[in-house]
Amino acid sequence: MDGGKKKSGNSNVVKYNRWGYIFLLPFIIVYAVFQLIPFISTIYYSFFENYRSGLKQIGPNFIGLENYVTLFSNADIWKYTENTFIMWIIGFLPQIIVSLLLAAWFSDPSLRIKGQRFFKTVIYLPNLIMAAAFAMLFFTLFADSGPINSILTSLGILSEPYKFMSNTGSARILVGFMNFLMWFGNTTILLLAGMMGIDTSLYEAAEVDGATASEIFWKVTMPLLKPIFIYVLITSLIGGLQMFDVPQILTNGEGAPDRTTMTLIMYLNKHLFNKNYGMSGALSVILLIITGILSFAVFKVTTNQDNN
Amino acid sequence: MDTRRVKTGASVTTRRVIAYIVLVLITFLCLFWFYILFINATRSHSDLARGFTLVPGGNAVNNWINLMHSSQPVLLGMRNSLIIAICSAVLSTYFSTMTAYAIHAYDFKIKNFMFTFILAVMMIPTQVVALGFISLMGKMHLMDTYIPLIIPSIAAPATFFYLKQYMESNMPMALLEAARIDGSGEFRTFNSIVLPLMRPAIAVQAIFTFVASWNNYFTPALVLTTDKKKTLPILIAQLRSADFLKFDMGQVYMMIAFSIFPVIVVYLILSKYIVGGVSAGAVKG
Repeated sequence: MDGGKKKSGNSNVVKYNRWGYIFLLPFIIVYAVFQLIPFISTIYYSFFENYRSGLKQIGPNFIGLENYVTLFSNADIWKYTENTFIMWIIGFLPQIIVSLLLAAWFSDPSLRIKGQRFFKTVIYLPNLIMAAAFAMLFFTLFADSGPINSILTSLGILSEPYKFMSNTGSARILVGFMNFLMWFGNTTILLLAGMMGIDTSLYEAAEVDGATASEIFWKVTMPLLKPIFIYVLITSLIGGLQMFDVPQILTNGEGAPDRTTMTLIMYLNKHLFNKNYGMSGALSVILLIITGILSFAVFKVTTNQDNN
Repeated sequence: MDTRRVKTGASVTTRRVIAYIVLVLITFLCLFWFYILFINATRSHSDLARGFTLVPGGNAVNNWINLMHSSQPVLLGMRNSLIIAICSAVLSTYFSTMTAYAIHAYDFKIKNFMFTFILAVMMIPTQVVALGFISLMGKMHLMDTYIPLIIPSIAAPATFFYLKQYMESNMPMALLEAARIDGSGEFRTFNSIVLPLMRPAIAVQAIFTFVASWNNYFTPALVLTTDKKKTLPILIAQLRSADFLKFDMGQVYMMIAFSIFPVIVVYLILSKYIVGGVSAGAVKG
């Protein structure tokens, strides 16, 4: 980012500088082999007809952009994009609201919330849980004859078990809810770090001027928090595009009911497993472009912040 | 309510009460699932079929024994997951520190380019290059080995970035120059001075890399095909795809507990560093 400030005062270092290359070598080699070559060959594959039909291998034959045409002329990709986006929103909205609220409370000196370390530990916990196991757990808990239905019926809330997995709404809400649970702790801690960085004299000045807690929040905290807020939004969107483990395990890769919880990466995974390399190439490139644009936005936000 | 009261908003006590109520509800929301998991892992299949209770059953040992004798090689799975996660954590932190040190301590031509490059690719998800990755691993005859799951962690842009940030505020260049004057070689300086200085940051990143690798499902599921080499997340997925209504549910819960609770225990021991580490890495740059 800003190399200028590091150059000063290091003139003694010049003769050692070839060590910079040596120390950088492991990263460069490993990155080139395991990331860069796959990156290029993924793009390359997307221009070839290359799949397996039964035991027979078709291709690879160069077909230009035909994979892309096939991909976009099929309604599936739009459906899966929509699914991914809806489930991301279901998880993201409560996540950002709860995280803002908690971060505002934790950082509010007048509230003096006790046991902050305990609460932070608890809310961050779901983030470290294996998503596959967490999804499997939810699958068993919300099964037709599972404990949640058993609790709800014995409390008289439901008269008969609700089929969570067979209804589009509830299946999507479960996926979104799990994403919410797994990520709101992380978001809270990020936003909290941002709020703690705000100069307290601003709050004191606002209080002296007679602003209420919500006025301070909207007029002082939020504008200053904007860069972190954008960062959280975009990284969450990138994470949302990668949504895989939870819906894959919850629905056994089928996106039940009727592929309404099938995400883009689940679709990619299906093509990869079927050795359908041409189509998975085209799909990967599309996802690469979208994440590339989003990454660039994150890059801009973070580097701007660093220069301040 | 008079106008003056509206101006001050809700009193501090009211807001504090609301905050605590919400916090308790959220705590419940986070822990409830693991509580049910714990209860159910201790109950037998027939108990579970009779509905949910709030108290643990007495069948934990039986469920455990059944799990150990089931067709799922869970102990092997845990061993495999451990090998991959530990190797990844060690390699990733060692070489990311080295990369960060290269950028931090030296001046060379491509330095700024490399730094910008690493930041730019930091967000690219592994899934979208999986196709090229899998086919390359196939050509290198590395499929169904642990190498594609361990070695790539050497180039970890996010880990690098965190360590670089830490280095900037905690690594005085004077110290390194003093080491040079004392005749210490650059590689030795790195191993005997830089690494120990970076220990707190390395510990945080080692935990994160370990957990990420431990929980990873997408890539291992594509790479590993032999049953005995599979990791825990793959075994969980297999359990899900089997017709598991025929299974002993106590055993199913025990297996989920087996893959979740070790991480929770380790987390509770190290939570101070982990939560602190997240905030320290929070969008500093």
